[in-house]
Amino acid sequence: MSTPATDGPKPSPTPAALIAFAWTLVGVPLVYGLYQTVKTATSLFTG
Amino acid sequence: MAVPSFLARERIVARPGFNRWLIPPAALAVHLCIGQAYATSVYKAALVKHFDTSLTAIGIIFSIAIVMLGLSAAVFGTWVDRNGPRAAMFTAACFWSAGFLVGSLGIATDQLWLVYLGYGVIGGIGLGIGYISPVSTLIKWFPDRPGLATGMAIMGFGGGALIASPLSRQLMDLYDPAYNPADKASVPAGHAVALLFLTLGLVYLVFMLFGAFIVRVPAEGWRPEGFDPSTVKKRALVTTDHVSARNAIRTPQFWLLWIVLFCNVTAGIGILEQAAPMIQDFFRDGTTSAVAAAAAAGFVGLLSLFNMGGRFVWSTTSDYIGRKPIYMVYLGVGIVLYIVLATLGSTATWIFVLTAALIISFYGGGFSTAPAYLRDLFGTYQVGAIHGRLLTAWSAAGVAGPLIVNTVLDTRGTPGELVAGDYRPALFIMVGLLAVGFVANLLIKPVADKWHEPKEAVEEFTAVHSTPERSTAR
Repeated sequence: MSTPATDGPKPSPTPAALIAFAWTLVGVPLVYGLYQTVKTATSLFTG
Repeated sequence: MAVPSFLARERIVARPGFNRWLIPPAALAVHLCIGQAYATSVYKAALVKHFDTSLTAIGIIFSIAIVMLGLSAAVFGTWVDRNGPRAAMFTAACFWSAGFLVGSLGIATDQLWLVYLGYGVIGGIGLGIGYISPVSTLIKWFPDRPGLATGMAIMGFGGGALIASPLSRQLMDLYDPAYNPADKASVPAGHAVALLFLTLGLVYLVFMLFGAFIVRVPAEGWRPEGFDPSTVKKRALVTTDHVSARNAIRTPQFWLLWIVLFCNVTAGIGILEQAAPMIQDFFRDGTTSAVAAAAAAGFVGLLSLFNMGGRFVWSTTSDYIGRKPIYMVYLGVGIVLYIVLATLGSTATWIFVLTAALIISFYGGGFSTAPAYLRDLFGTYQVGAIHGRLLTAWSAAGVAGPLIVNTVLDTRGTPGELVAGDYRPALFIMVGLLAVGFVANLLIKPVADKWHEPKEAVEEFTAVHSTPERSTAR
């Protein structure tokens, strides 16, 4: 993913689990908010 | 102002092998929290009843927060750029959370001034610092797709309201059994709002600190695999030079972009503020409207979705067609849409809904594309600080937009009796504003060489702030 800039620090790949955890943590509330808003918005077409 | 060493930029320089896709969730962790600012209408009626005051007195809480957002982003922008995203996110988390806690105390002890101070002033500072905290970091991690990167974060600000609105209703339902969220006439008790503030303050603190914990800055000279910076220079407005924040505000380009953002935001806020009553008034026959209250609430929800979606979709599109052309779309197509809304909006519900939704998507897009436009014009050196100064346009638009619409509507009749024709003067004022913004955008040219920082100064700054202090930084 990234290009090392110097030869100094040793490469240390980011754990895939950390990336998945971080995206899940922000994704779950976002999906909850989207679901609730879509549910409200449908009343525009049904109400 | 020095920061504790664990917050310092030098401590979070990424080591080789770091995956940049960890940065967008860090930014989202902050923006999803501060986006709550758009969900204040959920408890407005409860606060009016609890403090036995007017809607205007409660509305001031939100106005103070937005003004403080612009001011703090402008004042602390340079500090944010110098100390890096972890210090900024940590500070924003403390202020935003403290704002809720002080606000909660104010509600629990019946002292409205404490809510002004807490949510308005203290929380508003958290809003401003939080809003700009991940922007320059994202631009540096995604030099190949700056529009996509900032679009993702600023989409989170729109998404924050989508989460906070239903979550607040459910929490207030939990804290006040007499409150029924399904009943529009039901108003939660003051203690439920106080507990809601307390809960949100603590939850947001944890969430934002998580963002601060995982954020990293790229090492000096880092670039994405396969990315050739020389290809970026092909576009006329994209510079490889750098302008300081101090100099940026002396350039006509900054103020032209300020006008562009001000006009675009003012026009969008005009609709957003009035969305629910507006759709009912457009289809009113006598004292009754063809659009029910529930459907009007659905319209507000639909606009929220387009506000959030536009932030991501249009900003990402700008990576392909360029920043100046996309603002020509926001403003130029926006003019056409406003004219359609004013003249044909009351003829069919689908015309009204479609034009309003597109206008709001452009409103969102205007916010999320601005940082990438600034990066194109002024480089990455102090783009966060420049962005902070630009956000004063938002504060000004937050006052101007509602003022224009409310002043026009006040002269046309009383709420509940207005019809489509009463909105026309306000809509045509917005057309004029968008035309001013369109011309301002057309006038934007590359920044003159005299404003560019000497290359040595930029390199020295980058070297000092992008060298790991400890090898533990991933």
